[in-house]
Amino acid sequence: MSKNNIDTLLYRALNGDIRAISKLLTIIEFPADHDIETISSIMRNLMNRGGKAHIIGVTGSPGVGKSTLISKLISLFRDRNERIAVLSIDPSSPFTLGSFMGNRIRMQSHSLDPNVFIRSTATRGVTGGLSPSSVLLIEAFDGLGFDKIIIESVGVGQTDVDIINVSHTVINVLMPGAGDEIQAMKAGVMEIGDIYVVNKSDKPEADLVYRQLTEIIRSSKYKSKYGWVPKVVKVSSIMGHGISELGDIIDEHRKFLIDRGSFSDIIIHRRVYSVELILKYIIEEKIRKDLKKDGSDILDKVVSGNIDPYTASLTIYNKLAKTC
Amino acid sequence: MSSNSLEIVGAPGLKRRAKILVAKIGLDGHDRGAKVIARALKEYGFEVVYIGIRQTPEMIAKAAVQEDVDIIGISIHSGAHMVLIPELLDHLKRLNAEDIKVIVGGIIPWEDAQKLKSIGVSEVFTPDTPIEVIVEKINELLAGKNVEQK
Repeated sequence: MSKNNIDTLLYRALNGDIRAISKLLTIIEFPADHDIETISSIMRNLMNRGGKAHIIGVTGSPGVGKSTLISKLISLFRDRNERIAVLSIDPSSPFTLGSFMGNRIRMQSHSLDPNVFIRSTATRGVTGGLSPSSVLLIEAFDGLGFDKIIIESVGVGQTDVDIINVSHTVINVLMPGAGDEIQAMKAGVMEIGDIYVVNKSDKPEADLVYRQLTEIIRSSKYKSKYGWVPKVVKVSSIMGHGISELGDIIDEHRKFLIDRGSFSDIIIHRRVYSVELILKYIIEEKIRKDLKKDGSDILDKVVSGNIDPYTASLTIYNKLAKTC
Repeated sequence: MSSNSLEIVGAPGLKRRAKILVAKIGLDGHDRGAKVIARALKEYGFEVVYIGIRQTPEMIAKAAVQEDVDIIGISIHSGAHMVLIPELLDHLKRLNAEDIKVIVGGIIPWEDAQKLKSIGVSEVFTPDTPIEVIVEKINELLAGKNVEQK
């Protein structure tokens, strides 16, 4: 893309033209379609403007009500006239790499609001919750001047904790009837929340889940990274209960991070993390390609049991390191 | 290792998949067809954004622009296609997004289908169309775009 075209696109996007914003996001999402100079000049421009948005990661198992909750949060933030971006991630098929993205359906009531921008993206073979391109999309939203960026993680399993690397505030959404206190005591995703939402609180046993979580957090030695004691809140997105309380806790957490200087630390961490993530995929791809080319004799020996996987990996690693 | 290409980032080793928005337009709750098509397109390897029933032309156009889709698939069984579809095309024009292709499926009389095509609809499918035919037409519409063909 020519410098003129890039400048025009950036100018239009920064002035709120949704078509231009959307085209910019696509360039960042699929960098292979463009030369590195194009990507680089867009990203640098946006990153120099960024660093202000409050990034809220919403995670939880499939079906706990993340999208509906986000829709309610958008309404709450819009009442204060904030500009909102949502990045909603849904899984790609492991077989066809196709995707059925159905999160937006819960947020369509905001579709005519020029200050709400919702974008769906697919995992495209990446596990852990965040792909490199989704991290850069968050960076772009920040540079485009959105006040709040809400990331809806793919419906997670127990170890999908990547979202903590990019979010200021992590909201873990749970619901009654999906496991007892033993689930809540586990490591992984049950440790990453700054705020735990017991959603669907209109259903029976919501109080029980609320009490169990409160007790586990109260008796835990573990505090989240910046000394914040996680909060638990009961919400019914459908009935609209507990949303304003949740909004207050989100504000409180933001203020807590700013007061301690942690707000900007998280942005620094996010940017370093984005490079680590991209590098990881470049190297993985290199391994995938070279293993077939140069490693087949070693792999044959592993298959026949003549070399163990540890030794084989080290041998291949040393070979690859020389060609890097 | 030296590389100037970011081919693998975000979609390791993958080409972009065509993105298709599927919606029911207007007051029409018969969404089984739309769901069947949306799911089939997923199984053919497309990225489908499904926004469901009771969508106004403006809501669909704005969602399609925010998602930067290649194609909008509209399902309609209400009989209001000659009013709602031109409105959708109009909104796309206003958003500077006439290049997003619109395909329509549903109970559309032949004469109406010809009229819709003459004002810019790319394809009209009637209820007996096999999914393979729809995918073939979609691939034709995607020709020239740098996306994975199915």
